This record gives sequence, C-alpha cells and structure tokens, in this order.
Amino acid sequence: MFGLHYWLESKTVGFALCIIIVASIGGVVEIAPLFTIHQTVEDSPEMRVYTPLEQAGRNIYVREGCYACHSQMIRTLRDEVERYGPYSLAVESKYDHPMLWGSKRTGPDLARVGGKYSDEWHVAHLVNPRDVVPESVMPAYARLLRNELRTDDLASHLKALRAVGVPYTDDMIANARADAYGQVSPDSPLAEGVSKRYGDATTVRVFDRNPDQLTEMDALVAYLQILGRLTDAAHKSTAQAGE
Amino acid sequence: MSLERDPKTGWLTTGHEWNGLTELNTPLPRLVSLFLALAVLFSVGCWVLMPAWPVGTTYTKGLLGLDDRTELTESVKQATTDRTTWTDQIATRSFAEIEAEPRVMTAVRQTGPVLFGDNCAACHGRDAKGGKGFPDLRTTSWLWGGSPEAIAETIRVGINSAHPESRNSQMPAFGRDQILQRTDIENVVAYVLSLSDPKEKPVVGNAEAGKAVFTANCVVCHGSEAKGTADVGAPNLTDSFWMYGGDGTSIYNTVWGGRQGHMPTWESRLSPVDRKILALYLVDLGKLRP
Repeated sequence: MFGLHYWLESKTVGFALCIIIVASIGGVVEIAPLFTIHQTVEDSPEMRVYTPLEQAGRNIYVREGCYACHSQMIRTLRDEVERYGPYSLAVESKYDHPMLWGSKRTGPDLARVGGKYSDEWHVAHLVNPRDVVPESVMPAYARLLRNELRTDDLASHLKALRAVGVPYTDDMIANARADAYGQVSPDSPLAEGVSKRYGDATTVRVFDRNPDQLTEMDALVAYLQILGRLTDAAHKSTAQAGE
Repeated sequence: MSLERDPKTGWLTTGHEWNGLTELNTPLPRLVSLFLALAVLFSVGCWVLMPAWPVGTTYTKGLLGLDDRTELTESVKQATTDRTTWTDQIATRSFAEIEAEPRVMTAVRQTGPVLFGDNCAACHGRDAKGGKGFPDLRTTSWLWGGSPEAIAETIRVGINSAHPESRNSQMPAFGRDQILQRTDIENVVAYVLSLSDPKEKPVVGNAEAGKAVFTANCVVCHGSEAKGTADVGAPNLTDSFWMYGGDGTSIYNTVWGGRQGHMPTWESRLSPVDRKILALYLVDLGKLRP
C-alpha cells in the first residue's frame, strides 16, 4: 500500500515538489476564486475613492496602530449586526491597501463609525479619551492636534495606490495637496476642486475646530467620519435581504 | 542494503543498518489510522454538504444549501418577530399611552440602557450625565423641548447635522466676528451671571450695562426674560444648567467664540421603535432624578 510512497521518499527533488503541490492546495482553493468567481467582491459602481486627506488620515491610523485594538469588520452574526449595523461587504474595502479588518477588539468595531459621532466628540476623545468616556483604556493622542499634516508626499501616496488598482485619476494625483487643504477650507476656492473630483457628497469642513492649520487631527477625523460611507452597498444588500 | 523481516516483531526493516543495529519500519498504530480515515471521510462529507470547492466561475454549493448571510437574515428576522409582542405596542401607540402601560415601560427600561450604551453613551456618558459640550440628559432644562415627542424628533434629525430637516442652532461668535466690543461682552457676561445667581459678584464687567447689550443682541433667541427658546435651541440662562460651563470665563468664551454644537442624525441608524424607546427611556430617567 505504501510502496509508491516509499519510492517517492527516496527521490529528493520529486518528493519536495510533491510537498509543495499538496501544501499549496489550501491556498489555491482559497485564493483562486477571488479572481475567477465574480460574486466574491460585490459590485458598487458609485463607490468613491478616499480623498487625499482621508487617505492621509488612514496612514495615521495605521501609523498609530489603531488596528491593534479596533477591527473594521462587522461579521455575519446577529449581535454584531444589531449593535454596529449592516455586516461588512468585501467591496467596502476594495480600495483599502492594506485592509484593516483586524480581529482584535479591545475597543469597538469602527467599520460603521462614520457619522455616528460629531467631530467635536472625535477630537475631544482623541485628545484624552477619559474626558468623554471615563472607563476608557485608550491612549491619548493629543499631539495629533499639534502636528501639522505632511502634504508634500500625498501625490506619491495616491500614485502608489493607483499602481495597486485604486482608480485615482491624473487630475486627482496632480491636485492631491490642494485637495487636502481644500477639504478643510469650506469657504475657499480650493474646496470646489474637492467636490468636483470626489463628488458633492464629500464632507468639506474644519474637522479639528482649528481653521488656521491643517493638522494630523483633521486627517484622522476626516478618515473616521468616512468609515463605512464610501458606498451604501451594505445598507442596500441588507434592505434587499429583509424584504 | 536489503529489506528483511524482523524475526521478533514481524515488521520489515528500512534496510538501514548502523553498526549492527537495523531500523524497523513500524507502521502507524491501527487506532491512529482509523481516526485518520474517519477524518478524511468527515471532510468528504463536508464537501458534499457545505459550500466547498471552487469550480471555474462558481463553486460547489453543498446539499444543505447553507449560507451565512441568509442564516443571519433569518435569525434577525426571527428576533424581530419575537419582539413584536411589545415592540408593536411601542410602534403603534402614543407616548402617553405607552407611559401608562407598566408592562411596556418595563421593556423600555430593559432595552433603553442597551440602546443608550451602544449609541449615545460615547458623548452623553453611560449615566447620561454628559460633560462639557455634551448635555446632561437627566436635566429638566431641555434645549429643544423635553417632551418625549420633542426628544424623539431631536434623535431623528440631530442638531446642526447633515439631515435635511436638522435642528439648527447657531450661537454667533460675538467677539471673534467683531459684533461686540470686548467691554460689551464683559458686561453682558456679568449680566448673564447675575441671571442665574443674583449674589454672584463678577470680577469684570457691569451687569447693569450688560442688560442693554443683552436686550439689543441676545433676546432674539434667548427671549426677553432669558428663559430660552426651544424652537431655536437657545438655552434658558436663568437656571443652573450649563452645557459649556457656567463660570465667568466659560460664558465669556461662549459669547466670544460662539457655539455650534453638533448632534448626529440617527434616522438611518436607529429604527423608529428604537428612537421611541430612547425618548421614553430619557423621560423616565428625568423622573427618577431626585
């Protein structure tokens, strides 16, 4: 019964190749369908990309390690759906590089936090979480309010994202820096460019309550406020299922 | 190198010999092979019953037809149906009728804190005491009216929110936008301080002079008696309830820089029944206040 196996064991290269083939079956079965089966990622033609400011906020989110305690993935479980809202769809993280789904929840899930709280709350909470949530164990990030946002490399960030498939246009890349300022200057001519390139629904306002400076707080709050709102595909799919 | 049968155990040797010692090729114990075979059978069974293998542009769906999302939708639907025994009453009846129904109010008192904790507690605190900029909800002094109807409407549309019917409240920045001079602001702050506490002796400013400033600039929203106007969310200045602090410095900052507090709209996040429960829960909290 093991005759073939005994023979194979004595062939070094052949045996190594067989190990590689067997071990890769699991990977192929899980990864290949993402390319061949259309329904693994839902369609959402109206979904927009992150603005440069939101993308900068996302980079700060990654830099500060927020993902270590906050997931961005509402699973298909009743308690999660009743607490956080519609379960997450694959398409919602289509433009996320890297994705920040996570699985560790020291703090709550943030996949649908956009619009749930006011900017004032986010700023107060990031400056010192204990000021608004006395039992919180989250670290304070008051320095974000003082740090000026680095904007000279935003165009390069967008270009890099385009290389991995995010549909940023040349116009968006050329105006990345201007749009970052425009998104926090509602009354300036720069703001029009943001609405033109990213849609009228894009939030243009002073996120950190300090109109004189573009800070890292502006970027992070802009990012938190767009979480779960790039597309309403998740809300639509739940509504359909409920009928 | 030769394969031999070991005379003692009957197993074959591997053919290796080290200094007179030969290595036995003892097979797996039978029990282990049995479990291995069972595990293989189990996985084959799973492939047949559950969604498993990708096949071109589709995948094997499995005989049981299981799907996470359908299951979830079913369980949420089932839970909603289970709750209709009391949610129906909340959905169809008026606030006054619900408040008169102890059985439904028990459900409100059980569900209210959970809804409040998940959605409202971040700003207003788990005990609804609020904090600077986020009002205490156990108060009797409601900016937009304290009836359950008014509270439910505030929850629905929010304040200065993105909702088209949002409640709008704009306290102008009298100092920053140069509507009033510094001395006028100091005087009006002294006057406002005297409204809630006549014994208060302001450090700067003249309450008498401030009254004229108040009449000219503030009565439009706060009313001639400074009791506030719920239609525009202007607070009563004669009581001891302060959202941004009631000391001289805080009031000065409020008048100088204005206030445009923001409460998000909950219409798309919470169902009408949930919003009604929250309104009833808050009214109920106010009644428990000593």
